[in-house]
Amino acid sequence: MGSTLSERASLELVARYGVPTVVERRAANADDAASTATRLGFPVVLKLHGERLAHKTERGLVRLHLGTADAVRDAAGDLLAAATPDDGDVDLVVAPMVVGTRELIAGVHTDDQFGRCVMVGVGGALTEALGDVAFRLVPLAAHDADDMLAELRAQPLLGPVRGEPAVDRDAMRDVLLALSRLAVEEHEVRAVDLNPLVITDGRPVAVDALVERT
Amino acid sequence: MNRLDPFFEPRGVIVAGASAHPGKFGFVTLHNILSCGYAGRVFPVSLEGGDVLGVRVATSVDDVPDGAADLVFVCTPPSANVELLAACAQRGVKAAFVATAGYGEAGPDGERAQGELVAAARRHGMLLAGPNGQGVVSTPASLCAQIVAPYPPAGRIGIVSQSGNLMSSFLNLSIDSGVGVSRAVSAGNAAAITVPDYLEYLADDPATEVTLAYVESVGDGRTFYDSARHTTARQPLVVLQGGSTSGGRRAAASHTGSLASDARVFAGMCRQAGIARAETVEEAFDAAATFATAPLPAGPGVVVVTTVGGWGVLTADAVTRSDLTLLELPADLLAALDERLPPRWSRNNPIDLAGTETRDTVTDVLDLVARHDAVHAVVFLGVGIQSNEAMMMRDGPYFPDHGLGRVVEFHERQDARYAASAAAISAATGKPILVATELAVTARDNPGPRAVREAGHYCAPSATRAVRALEHLWHHARHRRRVEAA
Repeated sequence: MGSTLSERASLELVARYGVPTVVERRAANADDAASTATRLGFPVVLKLHGERLAHKTERGLVRLHLGTADAVRDAAGDLLAAATPDDGDVDLVVAPMVVGTRELIAGVHTDDQFGRCVMVGVGGALTEALGDVAFRLVPLAAHDADDMLAELRAQPLLGPVRGEPAVDRDAMRDVLLALSRLAVEEHEVRAVDLNPLVITDGRPVAVDALVERT
Repeated sequence: MNRLDPFFEPRGVIVAGASAHPGKFGFVTLHNILSCGYAGRVFPVSLEGGDVLGVRVATSVDDVPDGAADLVFVCTPPSANVELLAACAQRGVKAAFVATAGYGEAGPDGERAQGELVAAARRHGMLLAGPNGQGVVSTPASLCAQIVAPYPPAGRIGIVSQSGNLMSSFLNLSIDSGVGVSRAVSAGNAAAITVPDYLEYLADDPATEVTLAYVESVGDGRTFYDSARHTTARQPLVVLQGGSTSGGRRAAASHTGSLASDARVFAGMCRQAGIARAETVEEAFDAAATFATAPLPAGPGVVVVTTVGGWGVLTADAVTRSDLTLLELPADLLAALDERLPPRWSRNNPIDLAGTETRDTVTDVLDLVARHDAVHAVVFLGVGIQSNEAMMMRDGPYFPDHGLGRVVEFHERQDARYAASAAAISAATGKPILVATELAVTARDNPGPRAVREAGHYCAPSATRAVRALEHLWHHARHRRRVEAA
């Protein structure tokens, strides 16, 4: 079984290949987090960060929609207090709250027979249940990426929804091609999971990433 | 000269294990080879010797003249076959098709025997197909070397199947539809020659214009993908995959002994490789038969021409659900049609003639529509219904009096004319004109579908199936354009 990169390292890796990711700032303590949040603009997301931390959401180590410096300071205190000795060295990560009603998922997957593939699908909590996903083997051509999006059953979800513009298909194509390049060049990467890929103002932004190595 | 030619164009064939018992595979194979008109020499061999079907049976392969046979068809038990291959190699035999079962599909002992068989073939530089394969058919050589029926009409569909009975299904559909086959081979356990090897042979085979494959497990996925892309850059490739559900996967695992890939990855790979992936035997053969008999559309724009209403509505639904486009009739085409047709025609796509047709209406309309630049393909419905009534009149108590003799003849002539027009206009315009009616299966002798077959075209059993086949044609045309652009 392989190892996984931390969320931060995962986001940095995919960003290097051109996947739009949320801007994250590190903060050492609660005051630092509050002033960083003020600079980034509210609302923000605050997470406990550490190389050995996993399952942050399940453990309540991610706080969303923090709207004031005081809220950030209080939440930061709670998160730092929640760390256990097993978690090793920890600090905080502050990021702008990416707002969008639509969440997609994209990633790299290694199939037993066909090897590495790029995947895209309808994301969020119901991803598994919906099973609305499309795969292509790497390397992808631009038209492969376009076909993958066109193949999803939930096409209305990719159009204009609730006052938000249609999903920018060129931007989505770029994300899939970036994942394809990453899969070709990073030989030790077995899987990449961009989940969710939040559609904000029509454009995809990876707010969480997990890279698994062989 | 292709390295697999000894299977499909053998100079002579040895049938090892030729039996006098009509229930044995060794007898059936000999019977099928002799009765389908294979022109080369046939050498039955078995320990018992004697005569089978009037042919002298040699007691040893050593009695076969040196270099007289390229192919040995093996029906003898696994225990005899390593020695058999050695003896055949001595006589200059280049290839063995092993039909015998009891190898890799039959537990550890069988796996060991299969390993020894493969090693023996390699040692003697012999090609090895199977084991546990149904056989090989090659119409350019009039060769039907298989342990079951049937033998198909000659044509342009090349078939490779990981299951013998699916090969039979496709051959049966070929006979029924009249759309013929070039080569067909069952890969059996594919211990040495694998499905990708056959795919590459068929892709480069001048007798084959479309490949139809049934697969359960593709082994090394990238090899399959590469050979599929080799094929689709040259000709259409239709793939029916067994085991695309969890239930089917369990069944396939016990059938071929290997697991199928994730169905969604397989589906994506097919789209990427330009494979026409079919969900059913019917869809697979519809696609292959249409590829073999119709030109590729230059675009997705479809016009439906029908002599009656309801079929047109359902066909419009099918086109709309697909990646094809139900073309809005261009103004100049609309005006031209208005000139030819009485006012009660639909003035829309589908073009519903609403019973307004006289002797040449259908031909005129098909011609006008197919010649228009905006139209890429036509689906034509209504062939055979006049003849269906004619059949009832002919079989009824009043025929040929009361003018029935003449009208029956008129109806039948009209249907034959519609079919011939569709074929001729398709050839003249280079655009597919697909004909569909259930009469193709419910009333095979109806002059409508019969004339479609006689024109060398495929009469689809329903409009929905014709539309799905047309969608495969469009996808392939688009894939070829992408390949050429790259």
